[in-house]
Amino acid sequence: MGERVLMKGNEAIAQAAISAGCRHFFGYPITPQTEVAAYMSKMMPKVGGVYLQGESEVASINMVLGAAAAGVRVMTSTSSPGISLMSEGISYIAGSDVPCVIVNVQRGGPGLGGIQPSQSDYFQATRSTGHGDFHLIVFAPSTIQETVDLVNKAFDIGDKYRMPVMILSDGMLGQMMEPVVLPEETNTAKDKPWAACGHQGKRKHNVINSLYIDPNELERLVRERFEKYKTIQATEQMAEEYMTEDADIIVVAYGASSRVSRSAVDMARKQGIKAGLIRPITLWPYPVDTIKKVAKTAKVFLSVEMSMGQMVDDVRLAVNGAVPVEFYGRTGGIIPTPKEVYDQIVRLNGGVQ
Amino acid sequence: MAVKGQRPHALTDVPFHYCPGCTHGIVHRLVAEVIDELGCEGKTVGVASVGCSVFTYNYFNCDMVQAPHGRAPAVATGVKRARPDNVVFTYQGDGDLAAIGAGETVHAAARGENIVAIFINNAIYGMTGGQMAPTTLPGQVTQTTPYGRDVKTAGNPIRVCEMLSSLDGVALAQRVTVDCVKNVKQAKAAIKKAFQYQMEGRGYCIIEVVSTCPTNWGLAPQDAVKWLRENMLPYYPLGVYKDIGEAKE
Ligand SMILES: Cc1ncc(C[n+]2csc(CCOP(=O)(O)OP(=O)(O)O)c2C)c(N)n1
Ligand code: SF4
Repeated sequence: MGERVLMKGNEAIAQAAISAGCRHFFGYPITPQTEVAAYMSKMMPKVGGVYLQGESEVASINMVLGAAAAGVRVMTSTSSPGISLMSEGISYIAGSDVPCVIVNVQRGGPGLGGIQPSQSDYFQATRSTGHGDFHLIVFAPSTIQETVDLVNKAFDIGDKYRMPVMILSDGMLGQMMEPVVLPEETNTAKDKPWAACGHQGKRKHNVINSLYIDPNELERLVRERFEKYKTIQATEQMAEEYMTEDADIIVVAYGASSRVSRSAVDMARKQGIKAGLIRPITLWPYPVDTIKKVAKTAKVFLSVEMSMGQMVDDVRLAVNGAVPVEFYGRTGGIIPTPKEVYDQIVRLNGGVQ
Repeated sequence: MAVKGQRPHALTDVPFHYCPGCTHGIVHRLVAEVIDELGCEGKTVGVASVGCSVFTYNYFNCDMVQAPHGRAPAVATGVKRARPDNVVFTYQGDGDLAAIGAGETVHAAARGENIVAIFINNAIYGMTGGQMAPTTLPGQVTQTTPYGRDVKTAGNPIRVCEMLSSLDGVALAQRVTVDCVKNVKQAKAAIKKAFQYQMEGRGYCIIEVVSTCPTNWGLAPQDAVKWLRENMLPYYPLGVYKDIGEAKE
């Protein structure tokens, strides 16, 4: 284990990537993720890596595609409007079955929106970022330590399944500081016999491609990919449960809003209200198993988000009508206070006894 | 028995899908011959673009990556930065390189990215059935300029080599064509120089090949060559627009 240091969320993302063996970073400046790029531009030359500022997010994600196709660990980082521009490239990356890590430090939208923290890109992240039938694996950390751990895991899981992986952060997690223990760098060079890096006269030529003119072939490949997705859904769900065993009221929240919700649950417990929290860590695959299990004993669910209600759809799908699912959210860059969420819990409880 | 001509090793045995009289096939062959002559097939990575030449990934024997429309220079940048020892080239049409990918082209060139762009200028969008390209000539009739390209409303054509030659990152910008044996030889020499410059790490090289699209020009192959000579070459003069010169020992 490495030493314990105090780090800003965005810098921790960058350092965690370097520790995971990432030596290639391509990106375009945007608030509130700029520290990721700044850190990379400072550190990459020191570790023999590549930092390159692309001329746009469109170019940057395609540089990621090229580097991923060539078989190296590669990352890009941006914020909401940048993801919109990267969507085309992300679709090609998914369709070409190459791994990479994409960081979205979310800000308020739509349009230019604002630069304050938000969770309004949930649909974009989980309902396929770009055209076509595909998924990203999406991790939603809620502390800086967890950010570091998940960035590390993102590279491994991406290589394992040959898939793009998204770290869905937000302006609050990106900007705040917490102590973290950075992992030791291990040998992360993975053998990638499929990569386009020159056949050296030793094998047939490799082709990294997403074009299939024959619809039967395209359908077969998409179906194969969905078989892989099924395995991921069965084995890679992650969620944290907090005081859920005896809880009647279950708050579901991820990332920044889960921190607020945890405080609200504590406040409710002090008043004798049986509240609990489910915190999804993977947003895709969504932790349906945890939600289904808890829905057997809980009376009501409350999805708390920094959006107008996006993840609530997944909560409803998982609960599948077993109990009511309610929603509370703030948007535009506003973080709900613990008191606001607590008031919602009290309302669902029919007051304080 | 002496073998007079054979398929270059750098080409697979997959038959080309190109129309009769299309110059894509000739240019493929020239690129493959250069790869053979330089003995670099094993370390070459080609980047196919979106257009009639999208299937180049089936035709070249080296490793290949297929890029989104216009993004080949960015994809090639990613490959080259990840694997600096690889020889990386893009193969792009005029719509790909000079319209949707103009930004990626200009910035890859400005950075002096060590890649070669093989640029097929046929003054039209071939794959999608003959719409106006950024290189469509003034007055030229296409599916989307049915009354002839009116530069007042549809804008002016782009002379890519001239435009890029002002950028410091460009090592070689040369316009060639493949309408006759002499020009084919010149085109091959230019492509070879571009690959050599890359292997010496000298910067971005672009070889623009003024090409035919008989199908979408609505001309027989012979007439297409004539049209190219009479209309394309005066507007897009052949020549070297930038060459930083042979490396000094
Ligand atoms: C984002 C996107 N927009 C549009 C298209 C449709 N499209 C395919 S090929 C092409 C034009 C290609 O023309 P050019 O680059 O000149 O190559 P050519 O076919 O003439 O060789 C277009 C517009 C696409 N594939 N992707
Ligand atoms: S449509 Fe034009 S560019 Fe495409 S293969 Fe046919 S002749 Fe060549």
